[in-house]
Amino acid sequence: MQPDQHVVVIGNGIAGITLAQRLRARSDCRITIVSSESALHISRPALMYVYMGHMRQQDITPYPDWYWKEKKIELVHDLVLSIDFDQKALKLQNGAFLAYDQLVLATGSSAVYYNWPGQHLKGVQALISLQDLELMQQQTIGIKQAVIVGGGLIGIEMAEMLQSKGVEVTMLVREKLYWSTNLPEQEAKLVTQHILNCGIDLCLQDEVTEIVGDEKGNVRAVKTKSGVELPCQFTGIATGVKPNIAFLKNTALEIDKGIMVNHFFETSIPDVFAIGDCAQFKDPAPGEPALEQLWYTGRQHGEALSAILTGTRNAYHRGPWFNSAKFLNIEYQTYGFVPRHWDDLIYSSLYWEHPVKTKAIRLFYERESGILKGINLLGIRFRHDLCHHWLQEKYTIHQVMEQLPAVNFDTEFFQRYEPELLKQYYQQYPDRQEPARQHTWWKLRHRLSLFSEKSDNN
Amino acid sequence: MVTTATNKLYLYFKYLGYTLLAISALCFLTTITGGNTINPVVWGMSGIGLLILGGLIAIVCSRLPKHVAHQNNGLWQKDLTSRGISAWALGILLTGFYILLYWFPETLQGLIVALEPFSQWLRNKPSDQWFLYGTFYTLAVMLMGVYALLKYRNNRYHLIRTCSVIFFQLGFAFILPGLLLAFNQPEFYFSYFWPLKYDYLFPSTVGYLIDNGQALGVFMVFWGAVLSFLATPVLTYFYGKRWYCSWVCGCGGLAETAGDPYRHLSDKSKKAWQWEVAIIYPILGFVIITTLLLWINSWSGGSLFGDLSGGFSRSYGFFIGSIFSGVVGVGFYPIMGNRVWCRFGCPMAAYLGILQKHFSRFRITTNGGQCISCGNCSTYCEMGIDVRWYAQQGEPIIRSSCVGCGICAHVCPRGVLKLENGPREGRYHGTTLIEREAVTILS
Repeated sequence: MQPDQHVVVIGNGIAGITLAQRLRARSDCRITIVSSESALHISRPALMYVYMGHMRQQDITPYPDWYWKEKKIELVHDLVLSIDFDQKALKLQNGAFLAYDQLVLATGSSAVYYNWPGQHLKGVQALISLQDLELMQQQTIGIKQAVIVGGGLIGIEMAEMLQSKGVEVTMLVREKLYWSTNLPEQEAKLVTQHILNCGIDLCLQDEVTEIVGDEKGNVRAVKTKSGVELPCQFTGIATGVKPNIAFLKNTALEIDKGIMVNHFFETSIPDVFAIGDCAQFKDPAPGEPALEQLWYTGRQHGEALSAILTGTRNAYHRGPWFNSAKFLNIEYQTYGFVPRHWDDLIYSSLYWEHPVKTKAIRLFYERESGILKGINLLGIRFRHDLCHHWLQEKYTIHQVMEQLPAVNFDTEFFQRYEPELLKQYYQQYPDRQEPARQHTWWKLRHRLSLFSEKSDNN
Repeated sequence: MVTTATNKLYLYFKYLGYTLLAISALCFLTTITGGNTINPVVWGMSGIGLLILGGLIAIVCSRLPKHVAHQNNGLWQKDLTSRGISAWALGILLTGFYILLYWFPETLQGLIVALEPFSQWLRNKPSDQWFLYGTFYTLAVMLMGVYALLKYRNNRYHLIRTCSVIFFQLGFAFILPGLLLAFNQPEFYFSYFWPLKYDYLFPSTVGYLIDNGQALGVFMVFWGAVLSFLATPVLTYFYGKRWYCSWVCGCGGLAETAGDPYRHLSDKSKKAWQWEVAIIYPILGFVIITTLLLWINSWSGGSLFGDLSGGFSRSYGFFIGSIFSGVVGVGFYPIMGNRVWCRFGCPMAAYLGILQKHFSRFRITTNGGQCISCGNCSTYCEMGIDVRWYAQQGEPIIRSSCVGCGICAHVCPRGVLKLENGPREGRYHGTTLIEREAVTILS
């Protein structure tokens, strides 16, 4: 890309800033990032730690001010009101216009509300942005009870935040178990039980019908389908997110749920691209989601588009899925794809769960071919590089079991539980032999070349 | 999880603990100011008893009801742990104690007398200001060791590590030197080595140990030299700097226990790092050169420098030993964090750091592409390392200042960090799962 080109990125979330950083590594072009949320990029998943007092707002800023100056990436802290695609310019709230040669939309997403009566009452809010955090800090001062609507990852974060301030929390979850839209029953049960043990109340298989206010317009209670009225002074909305595209409606840009893109992140308008939460793939591969709304996929979109913009026109290919979360103190990692339920004739899984502690491992694979499809981990850490390699290279469960002792990433002195899983495996496949020689992680890493070629850290 | 009723009970007991601590403070005040009108042993020992009892009650009742994931709640919101007024007050109190101890020990006479029977029993020697200091130091490591054990109770690395620093402080830095004195041997700390204990390899110390300790003295000299020049490089090769700084060392022991509530206050700016490099290596160089000069002087029969040894010991001991490691190092815990001395002043840390960076199998591995840049690791790094900088780029963290305390790995909400030892080949290579850029933050 030519140095005189001006790339403007709307949004300073992980997708937008990754794009800008990687673009800078490849090109001398002019780069500007516009954000109305914050002057500097913040780590969105870390908002909860600011609320709980583990960190201050400046601590969740991964790159300091000088970094952006050194990298010659211009930052504009302003709201984009509209885009003139013909003139190739943005209209900002302060009245200025910003011209671009290439525009990257990385506007992220916002909370979904389902038009419940009373959803605009004071004390009812979601938690996505920095502004949401500030609002939540104000709205939860001195309150006693709170209700969280929705049983997802943001829901449990809000519950933990509120609990840290001594607030009694009830979560309203539509399903039979917490996050059972994503987790198989055994994992969902384990996490559900853990949440209850931690003193957070779960209202399962129930939904909100109305949010009730008092005479001052503050939330007073949440009414549910089963007829319960849960008193509360705060209601957290955690029923999912939708792309931030309201300001793009009625423009020439093709949108659906999100901004429609192909696998080169090209939108319907030339020189306009979309990445991250706000992008929607026109033709996702079978079994793949059209919207990828994760921190990690945002970063991968940014990396992929930076290559595309600088002339390496390779279609985006995500590679094996991975994600992580934390349910109070249970860390969760997932690699590849483990569905919530499956056909036992086609798929099988090895599952081990600690009888007392909140730990579990599941290896999910195709029955006939034995090919590993996914891994679920609760309270145990595996090495991402090795799991990625297994999934990428379509290892069978038998090959995986040979390397299993090398995959653990838990802290030193922690008890290892892989032997439990191996025991189960050898019971199930008695004709399989333990390999004569166990490779350590370092040997495997070397043998399989699971490291970057050049080392940049010196 | 505990119910509300139990929580209330914990709260009441916590206040009881605070009350006992306040009474203990009054006892100490009486001991110091009472002069001849009171019995200092009764008042002083009551103060210590109440300090232990009240401290334990307060620590247990504040840590135990708190969920393991909530141990850092409110650290940046509470006055005492976010450089508020009470933090400054505590800083001034600690600094004041050091100033009295170093320069006006006669003001602490009451407390010194209070420990007289204990000193006689343990060391068969009269109590002095350094015994007073050692006693309180060890008490702080033990009491706040309980705090660290409860705070990190779900992590075996920290349980073992905390027990280790308590063991070395109590056994090697308090009881053993006391017993040596009781048996009329030279006082010697087996857990401190040159260049931290810079004078252990000075000709004057070596001469004194051999003359006064006979066979044991020879062993002490041998031990000190072997630990400094053989064991340190070998252990650092296998385990990194952590085998000493956060497992054995007394300064580290205090930082990891009493200083733990202040670890997030360390300065993470680029400027701080530049200061660190500019101060710590010259100090190491100073100790090395002086040790060499002293030996040359000694072999030449003192004809070269005369009484340089004494002059040096006095000035270095004053500026580095007293002011830096004591007054600033510990007194400023509540303001500048718990590793100011280790980070900016300790020659041993500099020596270990060079070994760790260039001749060690140790590194902190980051787990593929899992980092979410949240910043907990950097915030809770007591050495002010911007751990996140490396983690978010998928690079291993190999930094000379890392003391291997392992808290970054503990506070990481995604389990991205692991302290481990591996082959030196490819030690700097990162994951293939994140694209990274070459930026040096030191430049």
